[in-house]
Amino acid sequence: MNHLLRDVAPISETGWALLDQEARERLTPALAARKLVDFSGPHGWQHSATNLGRVSRLPSEPCAGVSGHQRRVLALVELRAEFDLSRAELSDADRGADDVDLEPLDLAAHQIATAENVAVFNGWDGALRGIAELTPHEPLTLGEGADGYPRRVASAVERLLASGITGPYGLALGPAQYRRVIETAEHGGYPLLEHLAKILEGPIVWAPGVEGAVVMSIRGGDFLLDCGQDLSIGYRSHDAEVVSLYLEESISFHVGTPEAAVVLLP
Amino acid sequence: MGFDQYHEPPGELPSATRTFARLCASLTEEAEAIGWYEQRLAVEGDAEAQAVMRDAMGEEYKHFCMDLEFLLRRTPAWQQVARGILFQGGDIVENGERAEAATFEDGGTSAGAAAGDGSLGIGSLRGGAR
Repeated sequence: MNHLLRDVAPISETGWALLDQEARERLTPALAARKLVDFSGPHGWQHSATNLGRVSRLPSEPCAGVSGHQRRVLALVELRAEFDLSRAELSDADRGADDVDLEPLDLAAHQIATAENVAVFNGWDGALRGIAELTPHEPLTLGEGADGYPRRVASAVERLLASGITGPYGLALGPAQYRRVIETAEHGGYPLLEHLAKILEGPIVWAPGVEGAVVMSIRGGDFLLDCGQDLSIGYRSHDAEVVSLYLEESISFHVGTPEAAVVLLP
Repeated sequence: MGFDQYHEPPGELPSATRTFARLCASLTEEAEAIGWYEQRLAVEGDAEAQAVMRDAMGEEYKHFCMDLEFLLRRTPAWQQVARGILFQGGDIVENGERAEAATFEDGGTSAGAAAGDGSLGIGSLRGGAR
């Protein structure tokens, strides 16, 4: 048994299979960053830091004639979203019920996926530095009308090219902007989503936690999400009515090429 | 049309298990094709034909590896065992024994994809966006 303590939870194998599948289905559409950045891992719960390949010279010497350098690493952060489920609902799942109420799990999945996106795209104060914090490009503005999106996205791509950043490019769209894109057809009925995809030559992803959009190269080698423990469900406690669980992961995020992304404000 | 990648009645299997079985069948087919090309190349005397088949065998290498990667991503315990064996150097059998012991040291027999470390096995989603 590992630190997730799944084996001591009052949940059957059928119940765990249901919860894991539900979590996967809820997480996958919302994990926008993983669709655009490089992913390393999972390296396990004991993986604590990402190698940066850099050192800091130590100010003192242990003895004459010997100098020292200390490795600089990027510490992983642990994200956790807790939730409670009704034991009666889980018992019904064991009986074969196909409409089990897993809403607290769904909410936690959305929260932790959003948190991962926010950490990658915006940064997490005191923990991780995000793309928007580090890009040297001045942000562009999307504006209200989705009709103007192709021009703005093309401007962002041109800016990346001018910086020597090759494609293909991906586009992370905040939920409000994504909705505008999918409900918009340009003159002649051509779907805006398809037009943007042709400009980018890469994916367009729905990104909860993003406000506006980010255009970025997905050629690889520019952005790294380093994962210790990948998203997992663990056990906290239970009583006669409720079992308390959590979704958890450990990650770091490193921007190797800050100029490989352009932020578009709403 | 055969459905013999299923060992149990397909109607009783969850969707994820059917997908898993399909990819296992695909992995088997790619491995068979690699073996066939290896044999054909061993006996073919025409250099141009050899070049064509060598190119085709390269495709099978790629397909095999993609199938394997998919299966490992969906099966954390399998992935963990593979990490201890693949690209490691040294004695393959010893690496295998060590990887197995490290993965199942708790005697764990947890169900499905949750076997091993309890991870949901999501990993990278590059390539499946939008």
